Amino acid sequence: MRSAAVILGVIVLGTGSHAVAEIVTYDLPEETAILKPGPGIDQVQSNCLACHSADYIAMQPPKRGKAFWDAEVTKMIKTYGAPIGEADAKAIADYLAQTY
Amino acid sequence: MLDRRELLRHTAVGAVALGSTGFLGTTRTRAADTIQLPFGNGERALVKYPQKRPLIQMTARPPQLETPFSTFNEGVITPNDAFFVRYHLADIPLRMDPEKFRVEIKGRVTSALSLSLQDLRTSFEPIEIVAVNQCSGNSRGFFEPRVAGGQLANGAMGNARWRGVPLKAVLDKAGVMSGAKQVTFNGLDGPAVPDTPDFVKALDIDHARDGEVMIAYAMNEADLPHLNGYPVRLVVPGYYGTYWVKHLNEITVVGAIYDGFWMKSAYRIPNNACACTQPGQAPAATVPINRLDVRSFITNLQDGAMVKANADTPLKGIAFDGGYGITDVLLSSDGGKTWTQTALGQDLGKYSFREWQTSIRLTPGTHDLNVRAINRIGQSQPMEPLWNPAGYMRNSVETVHIRAA
Repeated sequence: MRSAAVILGVIVLGTGSHAVAEIVTYDLPEETAILKPGPGIDQVQSNCLACHSADYIAMQPPKRGKAFWDAEVTKMIKTYGAPIGEADAKAIADYLAQTY
Repeated sequence: MLDRRELLRHTAVGAVALGSTGFLGTTRTRAADTIQLPFGNGERALVKYPQKRPLIQMTARPPQLETPFSTFNEGVITPNDAFFVRYHLADIPLRMDPEKFRVEIKGRVTSALSLSLQDLRTSFEPIEIVAVNQCSGNSRGFFEPRVAGGQLANGAMGNARWRGVPLKAVLDKAGVMSGAKQVTFNGLDGPAVPDTPDFVKALDIDHARDGEVMIAYAMNEADLPHLNGYPVRLVVPGYYGTYWVKHLNEITVVGAIYDGFWMKSAYRIPNNACACTQPGQAPAATVPINRLDVRSFITNLQDGAMVKANADTPLKGIAFDGGYGITDVLLSSDGGKTWTQTALGQDLGKYSFREWQTSIRLTPGTHDLNVRAINRIGQSQPMEPLWNPAGYMRNSVETVHIRAA
């Protein structure tokens, strides 16, 4: 994993008296949020975290129950096109409802 | 840039690390600073990103950073290094060659354009507008009942002096053909998986040509910070941040109402005067979110502050609206029964934060201070919060609880 690279990298391409072309690279800080333990964590790890960090889950209102998390998982699949199979989707929703 | 393969690799590494520490992360370094936002699951790390001061990290991938509220007491302009960050899709551009960067203008135009940063800076007369950019979901964390989405306190807003080219000038140069209905805007950020809809927004053609909608290349007299859309972003004065497309590189004039996901399905509000529904209810009909509603805040006293009793306590803050301009900011210390006028600060334009100040003498004990703004067309703020399913447009009268002794 990346070290705590928090410096804006600038590669100077040209020299000379006028406008220097600079390619700007941006180093994001390392991700630190991790999932809470629980049955189904592997499915969440391999599906949900492909598109977003774990803090998306952790920040949601606490203890909203199965219907809330079912709706979220359905939204991710139907609306955002997450390629998640039926069995994984159920495991994910169960994990989220029980763990968050 | 991150691609799906790389993301999976990161998560695989993460999974191994998690496995080896029993998921508890006891060996991980805790973030140096955290902040507790005043709602459930409101603990956030304060994280320092390049070009930014430590900001409230809502999410890491894609980055979503909230401005600590105390920043708004520093001045009416929000510093670039404190300005909030909101992305939707994880494949954000992490490498930029400003020499090669181009904005394409295409679709129903007589001559398509491909403009460099240099073209934008030198071939058009620049304009400057001070304008508030506020996330549609700013303050969502305070919704009750709570709703899914980014759980923000009040810091997903900022006020900057934007400099750039009026979109009208660029469209005029390209020559808009008859039958144009809308203009769509796409940036360099993209989804992590191919089936996620790309983030594309649209404005009606007349709005796009109002002379104020801007392709901005500077923010507070500096380049845009990378995470605020470097090298150029759309600025839509008076409208919610969802339209302010970052890393803007594709402008398309279209002959129909654009029906992409981020217009047709997302960022919709109830089609009624309050943009609200009964809590828990879905709206009968919706429209795309549009103008900011009226808001006002006390910035120099936070909840729980102690002040001196029977002495003048200075109060100040900010107010703003969707571009009609703030005409009054009123203060109440009796739960809204009576209101007193405050003094407005310098007018930086109708799209800007407007500072206000006053002072108050309080008897010993606890007091609730309310602040309420009114704009030029008489719009104001409700005493009780309104609700909608997506958690947008919160603007109820704010209350600061303080103690005088």
